[in-house]
Amino acid sequence: MSHIELSGITYEYATGERAVVALRDVSFGVGESEFVCVVGRSGCGKTTLLNIVAGFLEPTKGEIRIAGRTVSGRGLDRGIVFQDFAQLFPWRTAQRNVEFGLEMKGMLRAERAQTAQRFLELVNLRSFAAAYPHELSGGMQQRVAIARALAYNPSVLLMDEPFAALDALTRDEMQGMLVHVWRETRKTVIYVTHNVAEAVYLADRIVVLTPHPGTLRAEIRIPLPRPRDVLSVEFLEYQKQVVSYLR
Amino acid sequence: MNRSVVGALAGAALVAAIWESFARSGLFSPALTPSVIDIARALAGMIASGALPLHVMATLGRILVGLVVAGLVGVPLGMLMGRSRRVERFFLPLVSVLSPIPSLAWVPLFILWFGLGNAAAIALVIYAAVFPLVLNTWTGVRSVNRLWLRAAEAMGADSHTLFVKVVLPAALPFVIAGFRQAFARGWIAVVGGEMIAATTRGLGFVIFDAKEYLNADVMMGSLLVIGLLGLGFERLVFQVIERQSVGRWGMVRTTRG
Repeated sequence: MSHIELSGITYEYATGERAVVALRDVSFGVGESEFVCVVGRSGCGKTTLLNIVAGFLEPTKGEIRIAGRTVSGRGLDRGIVFQDFAQLFPWRTAQRNVEFGLEMKGMLRAERAQTAQRFLELVNLRSFAAAYPHELSGGMQQRVAIARALAYNPSVLLMDEPFAALDALTRDEMQGMLVHVWRETRKTVIYVTHNVAEAVYLADRIVVLTPHPGTLRAEIRIPLPRPRDVLSVEFLEYQKQVVSYLR
Repeated sequence: MNRSVVGALAGAALVAAIWESFARSGLFSPALTPSVIDIARALAGMIASGALPLHVMATLGRILVGLVVAGLVGVPLGMLMGRSRRVERFFLPLVSVLSPIPSLAWVPLFILWFGLGNAAAIALVIYAAVFPLVLNTWTGVRSVNRLWLRAAEAMGADSHTLFVKVVLPAALPFVIAGFRQAFARGWIAVVGGEMIAATTRGLGFVIFDAKEYLNADVMMGSLLVIGLLGLGFERLVFQVIERQSVGRWGMVRTTRG
């Protein structure tokens, strides 16, 4: 039994007079505490898919179930991290950003502060709790965003190319940190990316989408032990395999 | 002394020098173009007699009361217009029609409605100040980064929370800009209003009254006072508020005192 179950997700939108099919009949499941990467070229509908799971968009057809319950609209059972650094509230310090979801839950101030600091610790930013977002580097801002999405304890973490705007070295560090955070928190993760190496590094399983319309092309299990050696033969073999489906 | 003070003083000295040579050129009668010394002497006299502080307080009081009322009306209205299409459709045409009408064009009517004195002057300030506040706040709400709204919604914020915890702080740079503009427009309204509608107090009245006695030095001095008050507010109110809020949050580049 999967923790997240997408069945027959179809999404159409209208441009002018034509209806464009962004996603057609996409179905797959994500197990409890599983890390799934959705990979595809730009325009394959992967961000649309994530927005549907997040509850920002209603699918034209199909349904999503989380822990057996059909999802409609947004909910505190899902945490979301976007690609853009600007997702943090500039008028709140790192800690107060992380506290936002806790405020929505009605948690009291002292407990909020404690929880927020614990999650900042998890992403190695404890000492930057009082900094405003503009005082932090891009990588640090994304770490705050991850802490913010986890702090209110959703069972699912949705990530939309969170490291795509970072330089390569920082991205490598962030990927390592994310694996650590995921192992600590045991969240069910759907992670959208167009970066094949990133997907092979992070995922238990990779879902490949092909565009026009967005359809599920393949599901590839990555059984490599972690931490993964990105230069190993097996790692490169998996990359090749994923790339072959993207062609 | 820091650079910006040196810059300001250099600018003032230059303007004073240009004025002085103009005043001494004989193009106008010396009675109409008082020298810098004459202006300073007139100002000193007004301060010594206690008249200037009274007039300044009267004018500032009218502006501040007007600004507060305009803020209480204009900011919430701009917010609502930015958030609700229906409110926008209703109010935007009204605002568009009323805002280009100069506040001074209302003076005769306001005198008939509110009588001579404070009420008419304050009403003028409110009229002049409310539209910049509405329009800037409206723009601020519409330009709120969508990601902030999405992130907040994803964390379970309802529309009220969204408004208070996201839209309000996000629109603040525009609201502050609105107050700046409202303040400048408020000066035009209050001085104009005092010339025509006011009682016997206020800088506008002083300028108008001095004309009767050909006291060009008093008139120039009063203009200088208005300018310096504006500078004081910019430095001590607007820039301080900005530095403590949106500047500190990295939402606007700050000016250094």
